[in-house]
Amino acid sequence: MLTFNAQKNISRKTAKNSLYQIVIVSLLTLGLAACGDSYKYSDDNYTPLVQPPMEYSYSITLTNLTYGQPLSPIAVILHGDSKMWQVGQSASVALEKLAEGGDNSDFLALESNLATTSSAGPVPPGASVTLNISTTEPMANYLTVVTMLVNTNDAFSGLTGVDISTLVLNQEKSWRLNVYDSGTEQNNEAVGTIPGPADGGVGFDADRNDIDLVGYHSGVVSKDDGLSSSVLTQAHRFDNPAVKLTITRTK
Amino acid sequence: MKVIKQSPMKATLTLLALALASTTTMAQELSITVTNLTQGLHFTPVVTAAHSNESRLFMLSDMASTELQAMAEGGDISGLVSLLSNADANINENPAGGLLAPSMSASFTLTNDSANTHLSLAAMILPSNDGFVGLDSWEIPEEAGTYTVFLNAYDAGTEANDEIRGSGVPGEAGMPVPPPLDASIGMNGTGVTDMESNDKVHIHRGSLGDDDMSAGKSDINNSVQRWLNPVAKLTITVL
Repeated sequence: MLTFNAQKNISRKTAKNSLYQIVIVSLLTLGLAACGDSYKYSDDNYTPLVQPPMEYSYSITLTNLTYGQPLSPIAVILHGDSKMWQVGQSASVALEKLAEGGDNSDFLALESNLATTSSAGPVPPGASVTLNISTTEPMANYLTVVTMLVNTNDAFSGLTGVDISTLVLNQEKSWRLNVYDSGTEQNNEAVGTIPGPADGGVGFDADRNDIDLVGYHSGVVSKDDGLSSSVLTQAHRFDNPAVKLTITRTK
Repeated sequence: MKVIKQSPMKATLTLLALALASTTTMAQELSITVTNLTQGLHFTPVVTAAHSNESRLFMLSDMASTELQAMAEGGDISGLVSLLSNADANINENPAGGLLAPSMSASFTLTNDSANTHLSLAAMILPSNDGFVGLDSWEIPEEAGTYTVFLNAYDAGTEANDEIRGSGVPGEAGMPVPPPLDASIGMNGTGVTDMESNDKVHIHRGSLGDDDMSAGKSDINNSVQRWLNPVAKLTITVL
């Protein structure tokens, strides 16, 4: 029992070392228990050296900090050591679909994902959503969270490839997240190109007519600010940060 | 003082316990500088407070309190100060002695009681309808040293951002224009919007402004009085 409590409170990086301790203590306990009356198992079906896979669970709360940008369904992914986008690199097609149309299904289906979850629907301005994700996969030490600002051409917010292996039980970590531009669609703000309620236009278009590099977003212009062809108004303008994200390890 | 006879060993332990207790419950001396990082915004009187983990000046995605609304719409910090006093906070008011002008700093010291482990700050930004610069519950480090925190501009969500001259009274439309700002703010704007669809405290989307000082939609000057986050820097030295 003591060893179990100790195990819960250590980080994953030290888990390997403590495994040896557990095995040693388990063997000692077994030796002691074998001498007593309370020993409930026969020698045949008791296999102390096989540990059940360790499960790790996290609770993730995301808050929409913008005035007028609903966030597309939130994708949460646990994976190995990698970044799912980088400033100065081309966006994957899965990210392009998410950033242009708010559709996270391809992104969630990527083969490198070890655990995934998604919010049931979009998260309106001023609202929060809490999602839980669990894994027994020992390599699932990195977190990616991503969502589109839907009243834009291809703006998204999130974080990717963040090492969460050092989180101890009940430890909480928070971020204020900035807005990226996937660089896959021109920010023309034109009628028919914005998937959010401001327009109801087309989301994903395979044609890449922008610089094809991920970067930080420069904000929307809107028709109120002189882009006469824009379908957006001053109400769709935003500044960083757009999202507050909190992760808590719950198991 | 009552003297109790006890063994030297016991006395040593008691002293040790007292010494340990005093390190964790000692008041801290904080030397704080707030800098307005913008080149075109004024901050109304700043309120800074060390308070317990239970109190909050404001919270993102929550509705603003009436006291926060009075600060954000009119620069009146008296309501927040009385809330903080009732919560036994350590408070500094108005370190700039009025408006904190663009790119200017104000410095002050604050001694925080042991229970007041978190620092918050608020001041209205001008010109705006209900914009404010804020810090929400920054945990004061126990270790001595100098710490820097960058602050964002928030929208209290209590008033439509019409961006035209008006009132600083809570619930009344328009922006308050104190005399020092009178010359830099336009006139006769028709109003950017009469809606506030997000009534929660959120990150300010920024002002629109326009380039016409005597007409147009907005009385805000779009080449001077816009901003991007962060809008303020807080330097805290824990002595």
